[in-house]
Amino acid sequence: MFRSAHKLRSRHSLVFILFIWLFVNVISAQGAIAPAAKKISTSTADHTKFEVLQQEFAKAPDVTKACLTCHTEASKQIHKTTHWNWKITHPETGQVLGKKRVVNSFCGSITTNYARCTSCHIGYGWKDDSFDFSSEENVDCLVCHDTTDTYKKFPTAAGHPAYVDKPFPKKSKKIWKAPDLTKVAQAVGKPRRENCGVCHFYGGGGDGVKHGDLDSSMTNPPRTLDVHMGVDGLNFVCTECHSTDGHDLKGSHYTSVGKDTHGIDIPGRDDHNRASCESCHGDKPHEETVNNKINDHTNKVACQTCHIPTYAKGGVPSKTWWDWSTAGRMDGDGKHLKMKDENGYVTYVTKKGTFEWGENLVPEYAWLSGEIRYQELEERLDPNSVVPINTFKGDYNDPGARIWPFKIMRGKQPYDKGNNTLVISHLFGKDSEAYWKSFNWNRSIKAAMDAAGADYSGEYGFIETTMHWPLSHMVAPKEEALGCNECHSRNGRLSELTGFYMPGRDKSDLLDLIGWLAVLGTLGGVSLHGFGRVFFSRKRRNG
Amino acid sequence: MSNEMIYTRFERIWHWVLAILILPLLLTGFEIHGDYTMLGFEQAVDTHILFAWALMGLLVFVIFWHLTTGEWKQYIPSSKNNLMAMLRYYGVDIFLGGGHPFHMTRKSKLNPLQRLAYLSLHVVITPVTWASGLLYLFYTSWGDWGLEGLSLTVVAMVHMAAAFAMLAFLIVHLYLAITTSEKPFGYVKAMISGYEKKE
Repeated sequence: MFRSAHKLRSRHSLVFILFIWLFVNVISAQGAIAPAAKKISTSTADHTKFEVLQQEFAKAPDVTKACLTCHTEASKQIHKTTHWNWKITHPETGQVLGKKRVVNSFCGSITTNYARCTSCHIGYGWKDDSFDFSSEENVDCLVCHDTTDTYKKFPTAAGHPAYVDKPFPKKSKKIWKAPDLTKVAQAVGKPRRENCGVCHFYGGGGDGVKHGDLDSSMTNPPRTLDVHMGVDGLNFVCTECHSTDGHDLKGSHYTSVGKDTHGIDIPGRDDHNRASCESCHGDKPHEETVNNKINDHTNKVACQTCHIPTYAKGGVPSKTWWDWSTAGRMDGDGKHLKMKDENGYVTYVTKKGTFEWGENLVPEYAWLSGEIRYQELEERLDPNSVVPINTFKGDYNDPGARIWPFKIMRGKQPYDKGNNTLVISHLFGKDSEAYWKSFNWNRSIKAAMDAAGADYSGEYGFIETTMHWPLSHMVAPKEEALGCNECHSRNGRLSELTGFYMPGRDKSDLLDLIGWLAVLGTLGGVSLHGFGRVFFSRKRRNG
Repeated sequence: MSNEMIYTRFERIWHWVLAILILPLLLTGFEIHGDYTMLGFEQAVDTHILFAWALMGLLVFVIFWHLTTGEWKQYIPSSKNNLMAMLRYYGVDIFLGGGHPFHMTRKSKLNPLQRLAYLSLHVVITPVTWASGLLYLFYTSWGDWGLEGLSLTVVAMVHMAAAFAMLAFLIVHLYLAITTSEKPFGYVKAMISGYEKKE
């Protein structure tokens, strides 16, 4: 009797422990961010079943050939895109832009540095300016359509992946794996955040360097980092907004639009471009109350301005300063230097110079209506002022312009002191003209300028530049949107934008002086009058 | 001693509702102007707009009342001599203990100075406040109204100037209303009860 009761009790406690264990598990699972739900493919084709993909592929272009047996028009479509040409003629300014042409303030220009830079080109073999842009087999289908996360372009192979495992950086112990091309080819799918991210999160030479609102933290972001892409929320992939039409993606910053005026995109009045907030939210997105001022703001303030309160907020810093003038320093033994600050951010490397980084950065603000313009290689610059690498059209009186948030990249880069123009430099290569080999700016600049057919006086200096990057990602949940007082205050976020009246920020000192003098004068007048009456009435009573 | 009804019920109601609306409008207005922080900009704007609409609603009734009852005639300026007498009273006699030159009646409840003061309030300060305030509120519609050339700076300045004038008016109004009756707060009581104490 006693024994069975004991047994029963122990069985009870076992059940109790099991219950507690389950309970704790449920609670902790709820607390954590749910992992990215794998979107189940709704494709009508299972690529593992295709005969043409049941083969060993020696080279990646062979995979493309196999793709083209069914997707006959794919490469032709790609050939029309900026992703392929790295060249775009701006429809309004006529300037020829794109990575092939512009001089930026990061690594400068792709000219003479092709094999390194084109590890982010959606093609194979762009190692010099003889690259055949009409080649169909040299289109890289896999970098955008791989779903295995094993396909990676080798950093110095002009867009090819590694075909055998090899170390990168050279002589290091880090092995860059060669992907199993058959496996990759059989597992192709729609582009995921990872696919776009391999290039766009690492632009400018590393994670978070270039954009500020795009870095590896956006691969699987929580909703708090990006309300649209959050894996615990809407879980958008890039193409949800950067909609495609025959492989042509929308929303290039080369064709930034300050204001999308045609409202929510629905069939019939659709511009086939969902890369604007208005495409889904319209231009009166807020609930209408007695105070409809927030909706009124959409004519002059971009949605991003209030809804991206800070950027570089996913734990990855963004580069804010890059000074090339300090590059080339070595230690006593002729070895390259690498310095880090207390956060572990790299602040100096011999090859590139001095850096500054930031996290949770407050954007800077400027008017933008579109018409991005770049300082061209042949264009004169003012050596006594900071040179803007790019500018936008727009001001308060421009009906198409709105106030946008930007990451402004600052730094110093080489320029032609004789001609007062920007220069490009030959950084990467095995030849002694390459800066990263000989650390001789003059030869490096001459080599690149000659290759570009540009005039170089032979005398270089360093000049401070700015480069504007409009922000559209890392959109915060609405609770975190900026409050009015962030801008409507004496020294708010927009204190540097002038030429228009903003309540709470602006006032007329003269009017306020007159007004307060009148008010205080009145107060003083009635006070005197009152005291006078008290005084005389006392006098009367006493007298 | 007899009591005469000076302020009718509706007149008293609109006076006090006006007071309740105008004070927060001034307070939130100066906060929106950036002079101090109490509610925060957004709350201040919410309140300012809400109270502004309430005030406009009230004024519709008040204007209707003035027109239908003929009360608007109370604001017709009096003769220059009467005005001088009033100025002499406030400037000299009030100190010496002289009597008020005018007596309030139902038919004529405003002294010559008040007539001028309220007339300028009603035909200058208030309309300017409303016109500039409404333009300010609907500045995104200027294009539709053919007012593209208008400057927000100018509209905001005019609205501010009107606010300063209103504040100065209020100070004098409060001083005179509270202290110049026979006993302090006599006029305030009259504006609550409607009856003016008569000797």
